[in-house]
This record gives sequence, structure tokens and C-alpha cells, in this order.
Amino acid sequence: MKKIILLAGVAMFTLGACGDANIAGQDENSVALNADGDFAVTLQTALIEAGVNTTIQLPAGHFKLTDGLSLDVEGVTINGAGEGKTILDFSGQKGAGEGLLVTSNNVTLSNFTMRDTAGDGIKSKNANGIVYRDLTVEWTGEPNESNGAYAVYPVSSKNILIDNVTVRGASDAGIYVGQSSNIIIRNSLAEYNVAGIEIENSSYADVHGNTARHNTGGILVFDLPDLPVMGGKSTRVFDNDIYKNNTPNFAPVGNIVANIPSGTGVMIMANENVHVFENRFANNQTVQVLVSAYIEDIKDETYNPLPRNIAIYDNTYSGGGDNPQGMLEDLAVFFGGKLPEIVWDGVTSWNDHAPIDVNMVVNEADNIGYVSIGIGSYPVDEANIKPSPIRPKGTMHTQPSPVKLPQEQ
Amino acid sequence: MRIVLLILAFCFAGCGNFSKKGPNLDVIRAEKPARNLSAYGLFEKNSGGMLPVKTVVPYILVNPLFTDYALKARFIFTPKGKAARYNPEDVFTFPVGTVLIKNFGYAPDLRKPNEGQYLIETRLLIHKAKGWVAIPYVWNAEQTEAVYAPVGKRVVVETIAPDGIHYKFEYSVPNKNQCKTCHQSGHDLIPIGPKARNLNHNQQLEKWAELGILTGLPEHIPTLPNMFDPSAPLGARARAYLDINCAHCHKAEGSASNSGLWLDWAEKNKTRLGFLKHPTAAGRGAGDLKLVIEPGSSEGSILSFRMTSNAAGIAMPELGRTLQHIEGVALINEWIESLEPTP
Repeated sequence: MKKIILLAGVAMFTLGACGDANIAGQDENSVALNADGDFAVTLQTALIEAGVNTTIQLPAGHFKLTDGLSLDVEGVTINGAGEGKTILDFSGQKGAGEGLLVTSNNVTLSNFTMRDTAGDGIKSKNANGIVYRDLTVEWTGEPNESNGAYAVYPVSSKNILIDNVTVRGASDAGIYVGQSSNIIIRNSLAEYNVAGIEIENSSYADVHGNTARHNTGGILVFDLPDLPVMGGKSTRVFDNDIYKNNTPNFAPVGNIVANIPSGTGVMIMANENVHVFENRFANNQTVQVLVSAYIEDIKDETYNPLPRNIAIYDNTYSGGGDNPQGMLEDLAVFFGGKLPEIVWDGVTSWNDHAPIDVNMVVNEADNIGYVSIGIGSYPVDEANIKPSPIRPKGTMHTQPSPVKLPQEQ
Repeated sequence: MRIVLLILAFCFAGCGNFSKKGPNLDVIRAEKPARNLSAYGLFEKNSGGMLPVKTVVPYILVNPLFTDYALKARFIFTPKGKAARYNPEDVFTFPVGTVLIKNFGYAPDLRKPNEGQYLIETRLLIHKAKGWVAIPYVWNAEQTEAVYAPVGKRVVVETIAPDGIHYKFEYSVPNKNQCKTCHQSGHDLIPIGPKARNLNHNQQLEKWAELGILTGLPEHIPTLPNMFDPSAPLGARARAYLDINCAHCHKAEGSASNSGLWLDWAEKNKTRLGFLKHPTAAGRGAGDLKLVIEPGSSEGSILSFRMTSNAAGIAMPELGRTLQHIEGVALINEWIESLEPTP
């Protein structure tokens, strides 16, 4: 029987080391790792020595890892024996900012569980064409601010697919895509995070078929200043189940998500051309949909803090708005302690900029409540606040085209 | 006889006159790393990595990166007849075949670094035809050979730091990919230290030119202040510290580019330097704080908080530091405290 001799190779590394350990034959497209021995060394060795476009097959088992893993080889697939079957447990992690860092293009990660990393779960940076599929990335135990910030964290990348992934317990966002473009997040479950799913400073994203529940906020679409990539735009959030996102906010205070009221379904902050449609909202205790300008001081003259061309239509709503929290708690006093389904802050200008038509579209059943807080301009002048329940008369603009990814062509 | 690496670093080429043979160019050019460090022929036989051959030249940075108080020695080899090209701001353009060699070691008492010194690892940065590669080697207990160690290693170190504090900790030899995390520039890997401003002292660059390692040396060469020289301006010392300890990741082409916190010596934008900047993607790294630098308050500044912490997920830099750099934190705190608070 020809056994793949990874362990022998590893033994050479640790005992006397070897520059060209033959972890799999040159003609093999796949390396099956052995669970015996020091699995951390076996796995990290395989990630370093992998050939382009090979598959690294992880065995079933519960593996304790103390250092961050990293992959920098193109086209590699890391495939486990299944979520809950291959468990990479980082509860004793001593170093690195994440559990797994991917910096190469066209990588696929599938069928394993990552647990209790010291910082972020899986980060991919400057890594185009990445696929996260059939994964669980979680922090066990109660939601805790000492949990890592992001569970699934692609950043500064393009062509990102996140499919059938479960994220749980992140102290910032469960699924976070930052400063990227061409993104699909679908069929995934985000729960018990501060933010379930967050698209930040990114363009051309489809977020659909997901469940966001028991987070502080379900799905966020943000654009923030002072970053290398700004001007987030063209995101579609549709066909998601967004309910009971009522977990108390447990983010460290300096993070932007620390401002999200517990009980927020969808929040859009700044950004352009965002369409929220055909989602099912239920029982988000503060507000089902919140649209706002960037809430901190703005020093960055190249940044536009206003949401523009935002369209909200054909969603269904039940319950919610009945126990407003955080920055919206005071507002609710004017509405008998209860907030309507959709709230816009009504900001149309900032600093010395002239007011603009932000073109908000709300096209929902007549019984769906709406209010503009009517703040008008930043910084806030309380004397000028003019709340209004009249829906904005924006012009419906063209929906962004469906995102197409090269890895699915 | 044990010749110590720190003393050696001062004597430049010609210190030893032992070997007629230079480094092995075939091994240097080879696609795969050699199994043993000795195969490169960079050090004299039986010197245990302490004594370079004649054409391997020791050099010293104005300001070194902090790595858990490790003793470091640096050497450069350029192929005969090929010199690096001078650059006023960035790393010099080194010829293919260049080897940058960095030894990491300790002594039982770092107040007496020449007594009982030993090496843990030697890292090579080799400029191959296709670009730079980073190759880590770990020394054996006998100090007779260092062996290729792509997955890194943790090594228990017990030592007394220069300030007299006793430490027992796990020194972390980075894995091969982690080398790139710090040495990244876009998709390429580049050296960090050998820039004009960080080499320009003690006539070092003039010496490089004389030895044929460097061409194009101009009359005026920029230089950084020594970060722990109290006679230099505090702001410049702090910026020099951030430049060598942080800016290899915190720059436009670095692995922390997306933070928008760029700490390069040349950076002029105050927000990008962290002044009143909100954290991005910092998670619990932000602690209970809201600003990267709150002028006048080190306690209110995330920069100080992350430099002070030793916990994975909070500690900065993320790699290469297990212990707090007490003197570095003190410098940055003193600088932040000296800044005019914002009304």
C-alpha cells in the first residue's frame, strides 16, 4: 500500500529538518494529512510546501493549535471532513492576529470548523478569487467582548464567495467584507455576533438567502472615512431572514459597531446605491431598517458621509421596534416608546456642504411605518430637527446587476 | 574561543582572515533552500554562525526592530562585481544573488551580552532571479549547525534584560509565511532594514561603497535619529521608532494597509498617523479606547495600549514580540503625553 508520507516528511523537519520533504508525489493533486503526530506542524508544513492548485485534505478530529496558520500558495483548497468533524481549536492560541491567514489568490476553504481564535478567525487579504464554503467559525460560550473581531474576514480583495458558512460570537462582525469588490454572501447563518454580516467600504455585493438572527445588528452596509478604499456602493440585500437581532451590544467601545442599537435588523450608513428587498424582518426590538449618515466627526474631505440612492422595497415585517435601545431610545419617546419599521436620520448635508437630494426610496405596504428623524445637517443642531413620517419621494433607480464571480463561470 | 556577534558587527570586513572560499553561489541561487545553513558557506567552519567569511560583511542599523530583547547581528553578501543601487527613501536595489543574513540570539544576562552568548535562529533573505525569498534556520543545541525550519518553532528562553528584569518566555521563530507578513510589499517580498536613513551612521555607507556593495552614494544622505538618544528631538525619535517597528506592515503596500494607519517616516497626514483616528477592524485590540492617538493622553491611545499588551489578538506587532518593549512603550508614551491635547 502506498501511504502518503507526510508524517515522515514532518519528522525530518523537526528532527533534522529537510528542505525538500516529499509531502506528496509531484504528480499528486491532493495531500491527505494524517491526524497522528503534531498536527499543528503537519498542517502548517503542508500549507507552506503545497504545490499550486493542490488540495489539502484535513482528517476528522479535534485539533488544538497554539499559533496562527497561514497560506500563501495560489489555487490551494483546504478541505476538511465536515463542519463539526474537523475542528481546529485555537483556545490556547499564543501568537498571530488570526487563526488562518490567506494571502494567495484562488483559494478555497471548505468543510471544517474553526473555534476560539485569539484574534480574527479566518482572514484573507489581497487574495482574489477566494471561496469560503461549508465552514463554521465560532467563539464558544456566551457572547464576550474578548472574542475576536471577525470570524470570516476577507479584506482588500475581489471576487469573494461566502456560501453556507456559519459564524457565531464575533465581537465585531461574524462575516465582514472590507475594502473589496465583487462579493457574494449567501445561504449562511450569522448569530450571536455584534454584527451578523457587514459589507464595509466595498462595491458590488449580493447578500442573499442568509439568516441573521440573535446578533446586535443583523446586516450592515457601511462606508467609513480615513481608509485606503472608500466610496462603497452597489450592494443588494435580498431574500434574507433577519430576526430577533436583540443581543446586547458587546463590542469594545472604540469600534464603529459599538454604536449599533441592540435590536437593529439592517443598518445602512453612508454608502451609495443599496437595495434592500424581499427580506423577511421579524422582532428586531429597536428598528427593522435604519438608514443613517456616518455618525462621528468627519475630517476626511474626500469622504461622503451620506447614504445616497437607497431603496427599500417588497420586504415583509412582523413585530419589532417595541423596545428601542441605544441611540434610538430617546427618539422613541416621541412615538409612544415604539419605533416604526424604517427609520432614516434625515441628514442631507454636513460641515459646510450644501444639502443634497439623497434620493431615498421606500416602497413598502401602506401599513409599514416610516420616520425621518429630520436632523438635516451635521453637526446636529437640536433646534433644527424636524421629524417627519412622510415617506420620501425618491426616484427608483436601477438595481445593481447580479454579481458574477469568475470562480462560478 | 568564542567570538561574539556584537563585537564582530563593529569590525566590518577583514576581521577574520580564515577562509579563501567565499559563499557557495550555486546554493544561493538554487530554487530550493539548503537543508543546512552551513551549505551556503556564509560563516567560517566551526564558528557556529558567529564568524562570517571575508566577503560577508557585518552591518548595523541606526535603529533595530524590537524582538524580545534578542541580540541580533546582520550581515550582507553581494556577488563579486555587483553592487546595490542607492535609493534615498526606500530599500536599496540589491543585485540578484544578494544575501541578507540576520542572527538572533541571547545571553543569560543581557547586561553582559558577550558572556555565554548563543544563537536561536538565522534568517536569510536571498534575492533570487524571481525575487526575494525568506528562509529561516534554527540552531541546534550544540550550536554546530542551523537547520531549515519552514514551520517556525517556539523556544523557551531565560534571560535578564538590559534593564535587569528577569524573563522566562517562549521565543517564537516565525514560519516562512510569517516572514512575508512583515516583509510584504504588494505581492512581493522585500527587505525592511537596509534603507539609507537606517544605515547612515559611523561611515557605514561609505564603507559599503568602498567595498563595492553599494553604488550611487550621494553627498547628502538622510539619517534617522537614534530613537533612544535623549539629545535628539522627542517627536523624531518616536517617529523613528514607529518607522522601524510598525511601518513595514502599516504602509500603503504593507499587510496592515487596510487599517488606514500608516506609520512610515515620510507620512505627513495626521489622521493616517493615528491622530484622533478611530480604529478600523481592531476588535478587542481597541480595548475600551476610541482613538489611535489621543494627543496628551497615552492612557487614551490605542497605539500605547496595543504596544503594552502581550496578549495574542491585542499585542502589536502581531509577530515577533512576546514581551513588552518597556523602553519603546515609554518613548511612545512620553511622545503622546507631550502632544498638545485637542480642545
